[in-house]
Amino acid sequence: MTLQTYFMEATYLVASILFVLSLKGMSHPETARRGMFMAEAGMFAAIVGTLVGTEIVSWVWIIAGLTIGSIIGAWMAIWVPMTAMPQRTALSHAFGAFAAAMVGIGEFIVRGSELGAITRGALGFEVMLGALTTTGSLIACGKLQGIIHGKPIQFRGQNIINLLVALSMVGCFVYFWMHPEAAAVFYTMLGLAFVFGIMLVIPIGSADMPVVMSLLNSYAGLASAATGFVLGNNVLIIAGTLDGFSGFILSVLMCKAMNRSITNVLFGGFGSVVAEATSNVGGVMREISLDDAAMQLAFANRVVFVPGYGLATAQAQHAVRELAELLEARGVSVKYAIHPVAGRMPGHMNVLLAEANVPYSSLYEMEQINPEFPSTDVAVVIGANDVVNPDARDNPKSLIAGMPILEVDRAKSVIVLKRGQGRGFSGLENPLFFKPRTTMLYGDAKSTLSHLAQAVQHV
Amino acid sequence: MKRLMNPAVLIASVYVFALAAFLGYQVISRVPPLLHTPLMSATNAISGISLIGSLVLAGKAHYPLGAHILGFVAVTTATINVVGGFGITDRMLKMFGKRKTEPAAKGVAK
Repeated sequence: MTLQTYFMEATYLVASILFVLSLKGMSHPETARRGMFMAEAGMFAAIVGTLVGTEIVSWVWIIAGLTIGSIIGAWMAIWVPMTAMPQRTALSHAFGAFAAAMVGIGEFIVRGSELGAITRGALGFEVMLGALTTTGSLIACGKLQGIIHGKPIQFRGQNIINLLVALSMVGCFVYFWMHPEAAAVFYTMLGLAFVFGIMLVIPIGSADMPVVMSLLNSYAGLASAATGFVLGNNVLIIAGTLDGFSGFILSVLMCKAMNRSITNVLFGGFGSVVAEATSNVGGVMREISLDDAAMQLAFANRVVFVPGYGLATAQAQHAVRELAELLEARGVSVKYAIHPVAGRMPGHMNVLLAEANVPYSSLYEMEQINPEFPSTDVAVVIGANDVVNPDARDNPKSLIAGMPILEVDRAKSVIVLKRGQGRGFSGLENPLFFKPRTTMLYGDAKSTLSHLAQAVQHV
Repeated sequence: MKRLMNPAVLIASVYVFALAAFLGYQVISRVPPLLHTPLMSATNAISGISLIGSLVLAGKAHYPLGAHILGFVAVTTATINVVGGFGITDRMLKMFGKRKTEPAAKGVAK
């Protein structure tokens, strides 16, 4: 080994350590930023190390790629709004996975049949995972952005066709593994993987995106790790594995938060089910006037806001913070209850509220806030439905039975802000709305909240 | 980087993989839900380390043009992830760093 190679390996080791430390920093908002600087330093070191340690001749492609990538990346980092964070993340999963697939194909072109059996296995895995994650993430991005309809796209025999595509893909993989010179089979596998990625994500509805995003995150990471196996490069294995496992952990958490299994999310096509199993709760929904609602809030001791995705679509984050500040100025204690799947990706709602200057110390997780609802005077539900549906807890026949909910129905009174009388994404009736202590306030969340704020000022 | 995967290297790599998985599990399960979105974009940026594999493909001596072009595409997309990912993570974390000073007595929980 030459001196340059030793230097390169040293930078890789440093990068690996810095990556782990940076994720450790993520355990608290105060240390998270410092952690990210470490990761950036590690990345920089690894890039310099690679350029020094490899026999590079054509700088043109490298400089062009780095420049174009930096410009697009910086543009995204500066201009993408926080509401579009899920789309951006999906897109970056696609990019990461695509890079892995490209490196895999490149390795195949360069080394071709001289690859050993083990490397070939890793290579096939890398290319397959990379390709299917690329198209899958693009579809997810399109759904989140609204380019593709968010409703699940389903047809008869879908699962069988998916299975056939998957099987032929794996078949090609096995054939390629045994006959490394069969380039046509390799490229067929690549094509099938691209198709399979699409098939995998189109039947999934927008509301299931938190799980899908996490899964694709995991796949993209594992594709990187497989690249590491192909190239015999440890820092790639480490970084890819960290990414893969992070995605995996998040998928499990998201599934738990919806009380569903990963298989059910992938093959269930949940959002399309028109619910019959609705417990027919009789009774009427009582409307409340703006002034009465303002009065109730102004004279409460404890208020909990429960934001759902409806808050984000109405862009009402700032309006809710303004109302909260007015209430706090009157001595009301205000907290926010965040359900794990309140947004379109894990933790999304926290980011949206943080952007609107809500201090993170007032954001409470489900487990923390649920015991506090009985002593809460007013719970204000804004654009959330299924995550506060008491049927999930009380009615074992309900479609969402067993899904952990924010137990707002235990609060002394509940005000529900809703656009209209329609049902939530699952199509389920929500008995919460018919409870005697619940009142409804219809209208656009943003304008309702700012009117409430004005009314509170005049109380 | 021209190491071929012989069984000894494979075993070492599997060790690295398993230990990284274990370490990742330990570290990441301590990240609060509050920071799950930044976590996802951060790990994404970090796995943009596949950039170093792309760099080699794009510029190494004696590689065919096709490989250079694939490498170029991969360098571009991986750089987008690295720069965009770190940039946007930092933007988010800055928002969480902001603290309101006046009602410091309230909301004691972390």
